[in-house]
Amino acid sequence: MTATMRPNISACPACSAAPAAEALAEQAAQKDVRIALSVPGVHCAACITTIEKALAAHPGVESARVNLTLKRATVEAAPEVMPEDLVRVLEHIGYEAHELDAGTLSATETDRAGRELLMRLAVAGFASMNVMLLSVSVWSGAADATRDMFHWISAAIALPTIAFSGQPFFRNAWAALKHGRLNMDVPITLAIVLALVTSLWETSLSGKHAYFDAALALTFFLLAGRYLDHRTRAIARSAAEELAALEVPRAIRVEAGEERQVAVSELAVGDLVLVRPGGRMPVDGEIVEGRSEIDRSLLTGETIPVYGGPGQAVSAGEVNLTGPLTVRATAVGEDTSLHRMADLVAIAESGRSRYTSLADSAAKLYAPGVHILSALAFVGWYLYTFDMRTALNIAAAVLIITCPCALGLAVPAVTTAASGRLFRRGMLIKHSTALERLAQVDTVVFDKTGTLTAGTPEVMNLDQVTSRDIGIALALAQGSSHPLSVSLTAAARAAGFDAAEVEDITEVPGYGTRGRWQGREVRLGRAAWVEAPRLARTAAWLRVGDESPQAFEFTDRLRDGAEAAIVALKDAGKDVYLMSGDSTPAVEDMANRLGIPHWLAEALPADKAARVQAMADEGRHVLMVGDGLNDTAALAAAHVSISPASALDAARVASDIVLLGGDLSPIADAVRTAGSAVRRIRENFQIATLYNVIAVPLAVAGFATPLIAALAMSASSITVSLNALRLR
Amino acid sequence: MNVLTVLIPISLILGGIGLLFFVFTVRSNQYDDPEGDARRILSDQYDDKPKQ
Repeated sequence: MTATMRPNISACPACSAAPAAEALAEQAAQKDVRIALSVPGVHCAACITTIEKALAAHPGVESARVNLTLKRATVEAAPEVMPEDLVRVLEHIGYEAHELDAGTLSATETDRAGRELLMRLAVAGFASMNVMLLSVSVWSGAADATRDMFHWISAAIALPTIAFSGQPFFRNAWAALKHGRLNMDVPITLAIVLALVTSLWETSLSGKHAYFDAALALTFFLLAGRYLDHRTRAIARSAAEELAALEVPRAIRVEAGEERQVAVSELAVGDLVLVRPGGRMPVDGEIVEGRSEIDRSLLTGETIPVYGGPGQAVSAGEVNLTGPLTVRATAVGEDTSLHRMADLVAIAESGRSRYTSLADSAAKLYAPGVHILSALAFVGWYLYTFDMRTALNIAAAVLIITCPCALGLAVPAVTTAASGRLFRRGMLIKHSTALERLAQVDTVVFDKTGTLTAGTPEVMNLDQVTSRDIGIALALAQGSSHPLSVSLTAAARAAGFDAAEVEDITEVPGYGTRGRWQGREVRLGRAAWVEAPRLARTAAWLRVGDESPQAFEFTDRLRDGAEAAIVALKDAGKDVYLMSGDSTPAVEDMANRLGIPHWLAEALPADKAARVQAMADEGRHVLMVGDGLNDTAALAAAHVSISPASALDAARVASDIVLLGGDLSPIADAVRTAGSAVRRIRENFQIATLYNVIAVPLAVAGFATPLIAALAMSASSITVSLNALRLR
Repeated sequence: MNVLTVLIPISLILGGIGLLFFVFTVRSNQYDDPEGDARRILSDQYDDKPKQ
């Protein structure tokens, strides 16, 4: 990758006269590292300047560049600069930032396919403008030799252009035909090729009508649709990559009993790696300490988690579900199943393919219909006139007139506008049909901890707890990714406590963590599990042996925009539910504060998924908003799902849309935008159909001229695009 | 009609120049951050060219 990506250092490739100097320069270049940061809050010219200045002022930073379109900052810096420091610098000036894995992202930055499409689009546009110029002269009365010359010049421009610009359609059509299927590209290819063949034939016979301009305009409009579609997909893909980049850039290496964060690429065979619950194995290896359940479903399709204990082999990409595991690496980097991890998101998404997108269902109706219509026109006219030339001309006219220009633009133009709008509000659409599914939503289910609340609860009563209990609680909490545990760990460490020696630590999902301390069982978890009284406030309970349980009380800060989002969703007529694994009083309190009518407390992961499934069986379309390990099943079961960027990676993989900022209010906006986007898409289909209803009889009857075809085609494509733009 | 032998090549050449220019802008990453570029022009800081 680096070898091909790095620009040639010598000014020209031929003058590599000083290879030694070049090697030196290259070494110097290698020393600098590139750090990519996701900065969801950047939105204005002032932000760009502020962020670039702040980053550049950090010692060791060579240069910093903000990309406003991608909401990303790229920093060239000396190797000793840690990404966390830069994140802190940005947080200090008031911008939320996340580190991204530059290695994973580099593939998107030079978006080869997108550039190729853009180039083909430009060539098609250039050619169609020139040919249109010549065609307009023909339509306005050029005759005889002049008309023939214009036609021949048009042919000379059109043939090479189509050969270059039409390639994506030809390739797709061929691939479909090879497998004995029909797709949208088959009628397109047929229309373009047939238009060229009949036009050449007509031209060679000094005929009056040639469709070179139509063939080029068709290619141009369809490529425009393809390009827009590609852009949306590329953004979604880069979002998926961005999330992948958020996921495993770092691993926790255990060195002489100390935990140290290192880049995954720095791990070597034989290293001990700590994997927390909810995290993915960064390496292939063997478990040396800890017991847990391991979810292999993403890799092998096994739905039931397998038990993991010392001596068992694990492979990279598996998700550790319950207990912290220490793994001795047996294979790292390229040798692991790490390459499969790149496909993880795609695999997770393929589960959603049962939803047929509007474009697909339209294509299913359209493709066979067009072929049959045009074949009927051909056969009919051939039987009527026994003139091959007339019949072929009319068949070509029918294919060109029914061209799916409007159809090809109908969906991409709208989704581009909609996802662009949502991206500016801080939402990444990961899945291409997520918008359409979001539009159908009638029930919204929220998780509480980490979703409606900021996910950073604070311990209230650390000073009222004995240091022995804090030590034990710290030992139990530090291996867990649960928000309460993370907060407890941070607070206890900040207060200077050390973890007690607790063995056999296991996390029981939905309940808590348990272990063995000085021969006695210790548990840290929910009230019911440690047989403690319930409190109105969110609390984690510690129970040492048979002693009376000790509470750690937390306060939850509501996320920004949580109230606004729920009010807006209720105003829009959606049913809002709250489902949480937290205690009843805490959940009830939250539900009352936010005015959520339906709530479910002390819900286990399976309960949440079952409730969502039950709602789906009732015919509801559920939007699940959740962030945690315990939400993953519900997120996957819901019709469409949203998770915040701070969510556990397992949850982010399972969800369709990711909220980049901490603010929840875009959710209601997203539902509304999705609704109007789908309305626009349907309107576009109606426009395309209406135009076909008018133009097709003309074509079949043999009245269509290249002028009519050109007018109708351009008019419908432009109406559809303008209609899509109304979304703003 | 002889004027056509001059006008048609001229129109093709002019269009071709436009196309080549477009190819150049694509090659030099000028479409990577359209929104940022639109805002940068408002900034006082001198910004010589898009990042390669």
